[in-house]
Amino acid sequence: MTLIKTSIGRRSFIKSSALAGGGMMLGFSWLASCKDEAAREAALAMPDEWFEINGFLKIGDNGVVTIMSPNPEIGQNVKTAMPMIVADELDIDWERVIVEQAPLNLDIFTRQLAGGSQSIRQGWQGLRLAGATARQMLRQAAAQAWEVPVEEVTTSEGMLHHEASGQSAGYGEMASAAAALEVPEEVALKEPKDFTIIGTDRKNVDGPKIVKGEPLFGLDVQRDGMLIAMVAHPPAFGMKLKSVDAESVKSMPGIRDVFPIVVYPEGAERQWSDGGAIPEMVAIVGESTWECMQAKKALQAEWEADGTLESTAYHEEELDRLLATAPEKPAREDGNVQRAFAQAAKVVESTYSAPFLAHNTMEPMNFFAHVTPEKAELLGPIQTPEYLENTLVSVLGMPKEKIDVMMTRMGGGFGRRLYGTFAVEAAMISRKMQAPVKLVYTREDDMTQGTYRPSYKIHYKAGLDEAGNLIAWHVRGVGTNDDLVFENRFPAGAVDNYLAEKHALPTLVTTGAWRAPRSNFIAGAEQAFMDEVAEAAGKDPIEFRLELFDRAIKDPVGDPETNDYDPERYAGVLKLVREKSNWEAGPPSGLSRGVAAYFCHNSYVAQVMDLKVEANTPKVEKVYCAVDCGIVINPLSAKNQVEGGIVDGIGHATFSALTFRDGRAEQSNFDTYRLIRNAEAPKSIETYFVDNGIDPTGLGEPSLPPIQGALANALYKATGTRYYEQPFFGERRIIG
Amino acid sequence: MAVYNLKINGTRMEVDVDPTTPLLWVLRDHLNMVGTKYGCGIAQCGACTVHLGDTATRSCSLPVSSVGDQEVTTIEGLSENGDHPVQKAWLEVDVPQCGYCQTGQIMSAAALLKSNPNPSDTDIESAMNGNICRCGTYVRIKKAIKLAADQPAT
Repeated sequence: MTLIKTSIGRRSFIKSSALAGGGMMLGFSWLASCKDEAAREAALAMPDEWFEINGFLKIGDNGVVTIMSPNPEIGQNVKTAMPMIVADELDIDWERVIVEQAPLNLDIFTRQLAGGSQSIRQGWQGLRLAGATARQMLRQAAAQAWEVPVEEVTTSEGMLHHEASGQSAGYGEMASAAAALEVPEEVALKEPKDFTIIGTDRKNVDGPKIVKGEPLFGLDVQRDGMLIAMVAHPPAFGMKLKSVDAESVKSMPGIRDVFPIVVYPEGAERQWSDGGAIPEMVAIVGESTWECMQAKKALQAEWEADGTLESTAYHEEELDRLLATAPEKPAREDGNVQRAFAQAAKVVESTYSAPFLAHNTMEPMNFFAHVTPEKAELLGPIQTPEYLENTLVSVLGMPKEKIDVMMTRMGGGFGRRLYGTFAVEAAMISRKMQAPVKLVYTREDDMTQGTYRPSYKIHYKAGLDEAGNLIAWHVRGVGTNDDLVFENRFPAGAVDNYLAEKHALPTLVTTGAWRAPRSNFIAGAEQAFMDEVAEAAGKDPIEFRLELFDRAIKDPVGDPETNDYDPERYAGVLKLVREKSNWEAGPPSGLSRGVAAYFCHNSYVAQVMDLKVEANTPKVEKVYCAVDCGIVINPLSAKNQVEGGIVDGIGHATFSALTFRDGRAEQSNFDTYRLIRNAEAPKSIETYFVDNGIDPTGLGEPSLPPIQGALANALYKATGTRYYEQPFFGERRIIG
Repeated sequence: MAVYNLKINGTRMEVDVDPTTPLLWVLRDHLNMVGTKYGCGIAQCGACTVHLGDTATRSCSLPVSSVGDQEVTTIEGLSENGDHPVQKAWLEVDVPQCGYCQTGQIMSAAALLKSNPNPSDTDIESAMNGNICRCGTYVRIKKAIKLAADQPAT
């Protein structure tokens, strides 16, 4: 048992009446795990009275517990996993838990953000403390009521017991007294071996609502008197509004108003989340979505160039130029690569590239806003509610106390909803209209006015000695607005002569975080190149990698603290996937096999893929995946995340690209932008977790990056061709 | 504007809308049935799938004026209590991640099983290829359809 000082989390235990009602319009969520509908309803019968123990949870007089899920839910399933952690330390029957999405409230919660696969990792301690503290207060309340020492009061699944006197009570009976107690100075956390909920399969708490189509998402928000708003942004990056003929569309059916609007006034303080903000646009406000769409189509606006109107050909040429001619700029240098290459028995070099990508969340950007002089109410899909609130303070000129930001479930995030400029647009339009509005982007708006995954190119050069040992590694990466290379990641630390260089090409196209930023390209490139080098060395690709990890374990190059990975855990997932895929035996007849491993977002993933190529399309039969993310909170949904990342990675590497002509995105919907579909997904995915009891790390991103390497390597085995340019099977990008 | 008397989920519903309005927006904006989702507006993603008679149909590209007297079934009317075999299988397999596309997936799957109670892998892939899941839950979607195919209809 570990005693933990609660002082670090005291801020989280400020009792707040704001949450007691818990009444966001979308309400609470039923649990899916009860099989018997009647039993479930009985178990979750509403109590007559709630007692708030701390900001994370309240207990009803009948023992039902409501747990707030602090972080935004984008499909990474934190709305189930985070409350599971609280519930385990509280020691409650999960069937008697109701989960509610918390609003933005930094007096209680910390880091209410969906990004970087950090919700579980950074929430872990606070969530455990919230549950453990509440359990301790319940024990104290029972001890006082029964006049026995608190040490003798035990708990089990929502019940308090005193064995010597034979007394017992439900949490509900002691909740009132517990709520009145001081928060203890110190509490004991469970040993991982004593977890009863963490590490067990629990179904998505929103599952029943999802399959019934009940309102959950931002686009589903309806309010009395609510108007629909749409915006016409400049049609190209590098353009701005010149003039608009608002009058001719104002009279169209259902249209209330059409006007140019400055969303970000001169001098407004921008957050990082406002990176791609468009200052001025045209707003179309009406009674229904269809009517607004028609008016938006008919709108006559003039736009003028405000900078260079860039095309994909320009980006490609400039990236090539940077890659070839930018002055040497070492981000990390060990030994002397030039001398090592001169002495090498073999030198291998290759260049890899990938295009811009759109996020394409299935639910397009949207937000509800109701701004009055007294109050601003914002409700919708946002990964960064804290930063949105900060921006609203500046653009609305209102103090935080008058601004409420609430999160709906999100129809996908992938990083797009880190950049909440659409919510700011909704707020400014609501204020102008003096009415509640729901701003809706069309799919075309969403795809062509995005914050994209940058386009990248990377060059690798490796030197081998006579024995096939890696003696030199040079990586030079370039990207649009992004310098791409993580200089301290593998194989840094495993090779004597190492040079990493990186450069960014400034562009007017808005770029930002897209699921597993940078890693989503560099992992596939690095792991494909590693395969080429292993082949040149005449070694098995897994054995070749393990030799490098062995070097990094026994005799790391440079300061081991600088190397951004743990070589033992890295090697561990490779060994696990080697075993589970029966690597030595090779792929089943007719299939070709590739391997890759990568570390990002604090987690380690290794994958083996078996595929064949039919009709110029890869058919992936099976993916074996080994993951080390420490303690797994909910294996059922953790595997879902891993499967999703694998499908996502295969899909984008195989099919997807966004290109530009004169600043305009050339793909605007799913007829021209190819996403992976059902028949193209792997037939099966087997996921295995390393069981090591280490504190949990993230899982929303790490399974995506390496799969692109496994795919390239399996394709090479199948076709004899190395795949260097993403998308591997998309329309070839038209240059010029 | 014109008045349409639609048969939706076994109930007559009257709306007064522009004849070009797609059924999707009639459902969502005028009838407050938001289970049918907007994804692309051009019948490419399947998020808006409803049944017209027994046929899976993309409601985003179906003008209300062409619905006529055909019976429309939406996710809200697929079952009384969310207990259609496909819905139950979706929960059992824990298919959803973000969940946004899943009502469209479920409607496509339910139409498939109605016309083909024991679909092969190829039948499933072909029937479901019009429904995009951006989270990549395809492996579970296939598994859930196979599970639902093994369950008796309620």
